[in-house]
Amino acid sequence: MIHLEGIRRDFRLGEQTVHALAGIDLDIAAGEYVSIMGPSGSGKSTLLNVVALLDRPDAGSYAFDGVDVTAFDDDALARVRRENIGFVFQFFHLIPRLTAFQNVEVPLVLASVPVAERRERVNEALASLDLSSRAHHRPNELSGGQRQRVAIARATIMRPKVLLADEPTGNLDSVSGRQVIEIIENLNAANGVTLIVVTHDSAMGSRASRQLRLVDGRIDSDQRR
Amino acid sequence: MKMADSTLLAWQAVIAHKFRTLLILLAMGIGVAAVILLTTLGETGRAYITGQFSSLGTNLLIVLPGRNETTGGAPPLLGTTPRDLTLGDALAVARSPYVERLAPIIIGGASAATDQGLVRDTTVLGTTAEMAHVRSLNLSRGRFLPAGDPYSAEPVCVIGITILNELFRGQDPVGQRLQLGDRKYRIIGVLSDEGVSVGIDFNDMVLLPVAAAQQLFNREGLFRMMIEMRSAGNTEDAIADVRRIITDRHEGEDDVTIITQDSLVSTFDRILSAVTYGIGGIGAISLVVAGILIMNVMLVSVTQRTAEVGLLKALGSSSRNIERLFLIEAIILSCSGAIVGVSVGLFTVWLMRGMWPTLPIHAPVWALVAAVAVAITTGLAFGTLPARRAARLDPVQALSRR
Repeated sequence: MIHLEGIRRDFRLGEQTVHALAGIDLDIAAGEYVSIMGPSGSGKSTLLNVVALLDRPDAGSYAFDGVDVTAFDDDALARVRRENIGFVFQFFHLIPRLTAFQNVEVPLVLASVPVAERRERVNEALASLDLSSRAHHRPNELSGGQRQRVAIARATIMRPKVLLADEPTGNLDSVSGRQVIEIIENLNAANGVTLIVVTHDSAMGSRASRQLRLVDGRIDSDQRR
Repeated sequence: MKMADSTLLAWQAVIAHKFRTLLILLAMGIGVAAVILLTTLGETGRAYITGQFSSLGTNLLIVLPGRNETTGGAPPLLGTTPRDLTLGDALAVARSPYVERLAPIIIGGASAATDQGLVRDTTVLGTTAEMAHVRSLNLSRGRFLPAGDPYSAEPVCVIGITILNELFRGQDPVGQRLQLGDRKYRIIGVLSDEGVSVGIDFNDMVLLPVAAAQQLFNREGLFRMMIEMRSAGNTEDAIADVRRIITDRHEGEDDVTIITQDSLVSTFDRILSAVTYGIGGIGAISLVVAGILIMNVMLVSVTQRTAEVGLLKALGSSSRNIERLFLIEAIILSCSGAIVGVSVGLFTVWLMRGMWPTLPIHAPVWALVAAVAVAITTGLAFGTLPARRAARLDPVQALSRR
């Protein structure tokens, strides 16, 4: 599903060049459940962004679902993201002026899906996450757990092959956090969605069947359970 | 992404940021309203002034002594002073088949004194009985200057309403004497209230027979002649004929300037139109200022919505799409601003029309179109930069912040 070869990503911080990713080789098969852990500044988020096609590597090649996307232009990358990748963020990133329904609808809108089909799919997604009663509430009227569930509904509405989660429970209490984990793990187990979770919570990271540990922009360990 | 969806999304953003929207509507509205009001004022002034000139009467020719002309070579030293326009010239021109009426004019200042000792500086206009017809003057009392031999310097005068009020308050002036300089004249009539037309205030004026004025000012030359043509159709022929008559009398020298009513009006029309465009341009500057405000507010908006832009990109929106969203937002804002401005502008014009019903107040259509076009163009132009900036935002950084 995801094939990275010699991926490097450098950032300039004033005079210094920081090697956020210093040569990553990684293969992730479809349907895997991978956690990426590591201390702050180890390159977790950078790796996630590269995998998510939000950031371009400075060197190396990337094949997504068998297609080399390294040289894709902005529009092409946007399409690949739209159709294949779902995101769940630590800070939810719901658009505050839109209702839960409208937030979930955004990817469908970006993909020019007809209105009727949009309504049907959004309602279905909200119902499956037990959010039907909150459909017309704005994010500030929802609890943290509800917000993250709306975000999950949005991430999965396009039925992506890959779901990327960046500290998905980082901003939730333990009960909501567990609930969110169960939902995304279920997507992996039941629907075969490739799940990649970035976290520095080792309890959460150890739930994954494959655990990557990053240190200084390199893969330090790659354990399978 | 579909256009309708983009518009809806942009519209929701416009609605959500109420204060920002209000600010932009205000700026754009003021700009557009300013253009409309300023051009309306200019246009009204133009219409008013050209209207005043037209009220002079149609078929009017004005003959001035001297000729406006530039020639090459050294300035001649001798004999270049134009000949005076004399009463003889006037009588000769009056016999032209093209001329219906002719009124010679001598103008000057004098102090008018009554027997009671009241004194007032006033304008003295020497002319003939024809003047009453040429300028459509009416009398409130007595009679106008006597017709007949223009060379006879009968010591009579006709006074304007201001002179009546200032010097003969509550009295009947007809038959009384008025001293101008060292000469005395018998008042034979009072003009009715004529108002000011083209800078000549007939109210504050004493009219004398032209020969009497020549004596008073000790000057033979005429200030000018006003000619009412027999018909309006053949102005060119009339001018040629008048010119021929005067040239004959001036020993072959064509040394008069002839102004037609039309050329006068159209000259003023041109000048005042230019003035209107000018002040319209000043108004347009305020539109540009509004455009810059839109740019600033949109830039702030982009910064505030970094996360949202990053999110849209993460969800599969291309940079072009983001740029379009912000541009649509700018267009919605500037169009609404233009609508507000047009409404305010037209409403104010309507109010002004209610306040001054006699003035020809109307908003020029070209100004409406131009103001709205400029508003939308500036909105677009100044919306592009923030939209570009939004499109270039790095989604990675945008999403890493809260």
